[in-house]
Amino acid sequence: MQFPGSCDEQDALHACSLSGEARMVWHEERDLGDVDAVVVPGGFSYGDYLRAGAIARFSPAMEAVAEFAAAGGPVLGICNGFQVLCECGLLPGALLPNEGIRFVCRQLDLIAGRASSPFLSGIDEGDRLSVPVKHAFGRFFAPPGQLEELARDDRIAFRYAPGQNPNGSAADIAGVVNEAGNVLGLMPHPEHAVDALTGSTDGLRIFSGAASVAA
Amino acid sequence: MKARVLIRPKEGILDPQGKAVERALPALGFERVSHVRIGRLVELETETPDELDALCEKLLANPLIEDYEVELL
Repeated sequence: MQFPGSCDEQDALHACSLSGEARMVWHEERDLGDVDAVVVPGGFSYGDYLRAGAIARFSPAMEAVAEFAAAGGPVLGICNGFQVLCECGLLPGALLPNEGIRFVCRQLDLIAGRASSPFLSGIDEGDRLSVPVKHAFGRFFAPPGQLEELARDDRIAFRYAPGQNPNGSAADIAGVVNEAGNVLGLMPHPEHAVDALTGSTDGLRIFSGAASVAA
Repeated sequence: MKARVLIRPKEGILDPQGKAVERALPALGFERVSHVRIGRLVELETETPDELDALCEKLLANPLIEDYEVELL
């Protein structure tokens, strides 16, 4: 997907094309065609006016994504894409300004949770992935009760490794899935960790996981 | 009809922006200021003020993390 203000869509497209065929969907497209999975990329959709992700959810393409997700289609939201998916109610919680106020940009480790999702099909609980984060609004928040529920229902996909929480996220949460598991939101950027040249290929496991389920 | 919508972080939610402003104040000699919270003010004109609550719930505020107040002018 590409919104006005997206900035990670090319890397997302590249990451997808390493695991299968991929094409860009412009935000005005109402028809996704016969895609097997959708990636809502990072950036600053619609300038992030009002709140990060708040406007993007009303785009025609996001309406199509919501229908695709409701029908069980795998949807991955990364960073701003995670914010968009929370804003449109496909994922629980919200992403608040980082606790330390600053924009954070660094490589860190994620620990896989027990969540079940097509994107996690090649990843086991406890696996460690090295991927970068880069965001100002990444502090995951869920109201009291819902956090416990997410943990109990095995919906926490990734936590930041102990001591590496970059933004004050509740329970070190870096990524969650919806109830059915087909929608995954991640604050870190697996699409920037698909080539040894940039230090890690761990992110590729998320894209190839979804591709192997679709195949 | 003109309306103002005041949106602010829910009580209990950490507001780093407010904290940053609060920490800057003593350096300027304002020593006795605390509990700074930062929100947004939206001004608009509408012919259907009945819809304002729905509009706030759906777009202007995220009810999970923000409270809002509508003031008709």
